[in-house]
Amino acid sequence: MNKRKRAKWILPGFGLTMGYTVIYLSLLVLIPLSVLFLKTSSMTWEQFIDTVLNRRVIASFQVSFLTSFFAACLNAVFGVLVAWVLARYQFPGKRVIDGIVDLPFALPTAVAGIALASIYAENGWIGQWFAVWGIKIAYTPLGIFVALTFIGLPFVVRTVQPVLQDWDRQVEEAAATLGATRWQTFTRVILPHLLPAVVTGFALAFARALGEYGSVVFISGNMPLKTEIVPLLIMTKLEQFDYTGATAIASVMLVASFVMLLVINYLQWKTNKLNAARSEG
Amino acid sequence: MSIQVVNITKSYGSFTAVNDVSLEIPEGKLVALLGPSGSGKTTLLRLIAGLESPDRGQIYFNGEDNTHRDVRERRVGFVFQHYALFRHMTIFDNVAFGLTVRPRKVRPTKEEIRERVHDLLKLVQLDGLAHRYPSQLSGGQRQRVALARALAVEPKFLLLDEPFGALDAKVRQELRRWLRRLHEKLKLTIVFVTHDQEEALELADSVVVMNEGRVEQTGSPQEVYHRPANPFVYGFLGRVNLFQGRIRGGKVTLGDAEFAAEWADQTEELPAVGYVRPHDVELSRTPQHAQSLAAEVRHIYALGSLMRLELKRLDTQETLEAEVSLQHFAELNVQTGDTLYATLRNVYVYVEPENRFVQAALPAASALALRANG
Amino acid sequence: MTNQTEPVVVRWLLIGLALVFLGLFLIVPLIAVFSQAFRQGVDVFLQAVSDPNTLAAVKLTLLTAAISVPLNVVFGLAAAWAIAKFSFRGKNVLLTLIDLPFAVSPVISGLIFVLLFGSQGLFGPWLEAHNLKIIFAVPGIVLATTFVTFPFVARELIPVMEAQGKDEEEAALSLGANGWQTFFRITLPNVKWGLLYGVILCNARAMGEFGAVSVVSGHIRGQTNTLPLHVEILYNEYNFVAAFAVATLLAALALVTLVVKSVIEWKTERHEQAGEPQFHAMGEAS
Repeated sequence: MNKRKRAKWILPGFGLTMGYTVIYLSLLVLIPLSVLFLKTSSMTWEQFIDTVLNRRVIASFQVSFLTSFFAACLNAVFGVLVAWVLARYQFPGKRVIDGIVDLPFALPTAVAGIALASIYAENGWIGQWFAVWGIKIAYTPLGIFVALTFIGLPFVVRTVQPVLQDWDRQVEEAAATLGATRWQTFTRVILPHLLPAVVTGFALAFARALGEYGSVVFISGNMPLKTEIVPLLIMTKLEQFDYTGATAIASVMLVASFVMLLVINYLQWKTNKLNAARSEG
Repeated sequence: MSIQVVNITKSYGSFTAVNDVSLEIPEGKLVALLGPSGSGKTTLLRLIAGLESPDRGQIYFNGEDNTHRDVRERRVGFVFQHYALFRHMTIFDNVAFGLTVRPRKVRPTKEEIRERVHDLLKLVQLDGLAHRYPSQLSGGQRQRVALARALAVEPKFLLLDEPFGALDAKVRQELRRWLRRLHEKLKLTIVFVTHDQEEALELADSVVVMNEGRVEQTGSPQEVYHRPANPFVYGFLGRVNLFQGRIRGGKVTLGDAEFAAEWADQTEELPAVGYVRPHDVELSRTPQHAQSLAAEVRHIYALGSLMRLELKRLDTQETLEAEVSLQHFAELNVQTGDTLYATLRNVYVYVEPENRFVQAALPAASALALRANG
Repeated sequence: MTNQTEPVVVRWLLIGLALVFLGLFLIVPLIAVFSQAFRQGVDVFLQAVSDPNTLAAVKLTLLTAAISVPLNVVFGLAAAWAIAKFSFRGKNVLLTLIDLPFAVSPVISGLIFVLLFGSQGLFGPWLEAHNLKIIFAVPGIVLATTFVTFPFVARELIPVMEAQGKDEEEAALSLGANGWQTFFRITLPNVKWGLLYGVILCNARAMGEFGAVSVVSGHIRGQTNTLPLHVEILYNEYNFVAAFAVATLLAALALVTLVVKSVIEWKTERHEQAGEPQFHAMGEAS
């Protein structure tokens, strides 16, 4: 037995580390997550449908998906811009700016939430300028959009930036020798190369925004049917001790998240393969 | 210490890297495992070291079965292709590592370790660099640190994986000679892997030629070069001219030229392939021999100390490559488009249906005279 | 350097646009936290920060991180060793499973532990019978935090270990080192920056987690309130200055995290450059 084990691996410790990994993963993640589906399966089909297709639930899914989608779109555009500026240009304070892009990863969401609520409120630093035009940000879907943009900001920057840094600038020189303008070079040579990374970053930002809770609750106003996001609805149901209702909504949400995760992993795998093929070619 | 490999097989999935290989490496020899990439030479080296486990077969060190012994207990010195120096340690700590990880009871004292490391660094001529980090050394210096590190544990023998592969040509030359001298000094069994036939022939006492997981031939550099066992070994050890021909009753016909084969007693005619090295092609302005072939010069390449001529045989239209000394080239006074006569001095013949590889010679002068007269 | 770049005007326009975007979404909120906290002067700030309930929240937050982070470090090292140093079937599935907690909404991360250990949960009755409390108590907070921060260390270590390959470990083994010696003397020093990076990110999230902890905590002041929850309570009581004062503690933590992170990135970049054979021209001693 011992001999056979040794025959397979030369480095020691595979059994120990793999065993620990699987046990820890199962106890902390897999079993608790499966309980969610276990609990959902104890509902009848009608109960489940009634809960999930309730008007308030549908509305919250709408709010969540739409605001997350638009926030991820804004981040895709500005993410490429920020990545471009950081990868290509020199300007004073660049190191600090580069570091601060990760702020949403490091800043607790509750802190972000109260800060955004206070500055985008009607009398806040930024909110007052919009109030002049009759635009309310805090306590409207626009506020949710602002919070989700904050939360998703680093994703596109951090997926696109390394691709730009590794980019072989001779390709641009080649485009120029062939008569392309800068804009043509960007749209027809550089952007197609960046696209997989942009899509991956977009998907990451979108997935993160869908589940976000802390930064949104303070700025959204939490009005049912208008500014209530799915995680908040789950929270509300829990506070009313409606565990089955919360679980049913959560399981729908979880399936959506799993799909996103698979899509993201697929995209990343494809991007890596593409880049590997390109660097060989 | 001698190494004996018996019927070793190692597969990765459906790919058989080493296929039923048996090998004897006598004590104190410097042995090259030579082969193209994917021939299984590195896998064989790692199997000997215990870095891979065989599917089948045994490995003996001095007659003692080591097949299932852990790499740590085998006490072999292994030098990795990219050296695998511990990048967070100084050169001193790298070399000392094998001594400091010994159990306390058999660990030398700090003083002894220091002395031993400095002796080794002196041996590899890096004594002044003990406190540098690997990243601060050149490729050749790293190579020697890796060697000193392997020697520190007083290994039974040394295994080197492509020891000069990552170095530039000049450094490679120097290190080769240095390794040869080191081997003479230490009298240690050394096995190294290489894909460079020149390196194997220049450096080794004995060369093991491998291909597709098997050993094609084992022998001294002279043996494998001058008496290759098969077309693969012949082709791998140097440049080759190939000619299609036929063999029958002791006679080999390659186009207009005829040769006497050592073995050819069969009466039926068989297809055969003739092998000639470019330096065995003798060129002249006039036919030197009844078997000389007329050929037209197509290209002339200067190789420094040699000239290489590419010719087209006028009988079979096959391409022919010849190498001549500068002096001889000057005497020939040749230009592209000229016609020269080529005499094939040392021909090997492969008879595929019989799977035989035999030497063929120019017919004796008397026979020639006869033929010329007739 | 290539000449292929944009006109100066375009360049500064792009830089300006990027800075305005980052300013509106990142820098102004960060400044707002500190400015709101000190709006009524340093005394009010100090009073809010030294409030017993705040101190209790600080303590609980530190305790939670002190348990969750080491747990995930041990897991991360084990998982990275198994995944990066060996090849086996189903590796990609395992990697995806390790990512799961990143994909799950924090609220759901809390919910699953309520379903397991809450009074109506799977083990609820058993726990009650034995007078054990997990939900609305410290163990629940630790569990939810550990779940949420689960992938951080593993995700940082796996690519680093993969990039290092197995050569150095094999060399150590061939020199007679045993498994633990190889791990502690070769592998660990080689991945120390990656590990520190993972720990820093894991710690920031552990101390800052809000949603998951909010579900399982029960918001008992002085007992089950972490710093982010304490911020929420103060804010909802319209005690804005105190809320922002406590928030500055967390914002400071975030800034320290970012600085350490940048330093590590800078260090490892330099290490990589030093690893290149740039001294090749130094010549051979032989």
